[in-house]
Amino acid sequence: MSVDYSWYLFLGAALFTIGAYGLLIRRNPLVMFMCIELMLNAVNLTFVTFSRMLNDIGGQVVVFFVLVVAAAEVVVGLGILVSILRRRPSATVDDISALKG
Amino acid sequence: MDVFVFAVAAAVILIGAMGVVFSRNPVHAALMLVMTLFGIAVLFVQQQAHFLAAVQVVVYAGAIVVLFLFVIMLLGVDVAENVTVEPLVGQRTAAWVITAGSVGLLTALAIRAAQVSLGMPSGTRPLDGEGGNLVQLARVLFSDYLFAFEATSVLLVIAVVGAVVLANRSPGSTADAGEQEHSPTGAGR
Repeated sequence: MSVDYSWYLFLGAALFTIGAYGLLIRRNPLVMFMCIELMLNAVNLTFVTFSRMLNDIGGQVVVFFVLVVAAAEVVVGLGILVSILRRRPSATVDDISALKG
Repeated sequence: MDVFVFAVAAAVILIGAMGVVFSRNPVHAALMLVMTLFGIAVLFVQQQAHFLAAVQVVVYAGAIVVLFLFVIMLLGVDVAENVTVEPLVGQRTAAWVITAGSVGLLTALAIRAAQVSLGMPSGTRPLDGEGGNLVQLARVLFSDYLFAFEATSVLLVIAVVGAVVLANRSPGSTADAGEQEHSPTGAGR
């Protein structure tokens, strides 16, 4: 008995919603970043599944680009985070609303 | 055997994801993230995407999570967060509503997508062409997706410059003192 394609799709859907829920309820910006990574991984899993379903290598190439963009995003995001948290340690995303004029 | 591997990997992925969302200590969340990423890599191997599985482990688990842990240690923000209090009234309820809605939508999409007619002509190259997974991926990447690949290199350069600019601090002075030194009167504020 082999694994049906839809199982991977359901797993990706579950992982994406867990990540989205975490992004909505957590206030630590670092953990919010990790939840974004969860959502990106769910999408990657779906892309690879579709790549196999449709017998097309293009899905895997897209996953490759998602990996690169995720790395760039984490680097810039953590840079911003470091410069914020250096001034205000233990800042949550609610405190960053102090940035508005 | 396939089902067994899938079940174990899915359990690892979901437990890790729950751990990321619900663990109070950011360090534990990062370690749970590693667990999830390894589970995803196992599923990549199961779907014959060997190169992506290797990249997943090296780039995600090896670089991105280490970057997370490095920032946590650098800033000393590894204090536990109380996840039970709700500072914004209704935030958690709204999160549940949105999550339930997206569960429904994504499940419907997955059911629909699983019925997609297979055997359509391949848009780029078929998976079962000549060479291994890596050879096929490289061929498509350096021909059909060459422009996107070059744009990615520009993106990486921008990210590196941005990180250096953001994290830079002039030596021997905090940012506030530096601004005061450069103000024309020196006592303007």
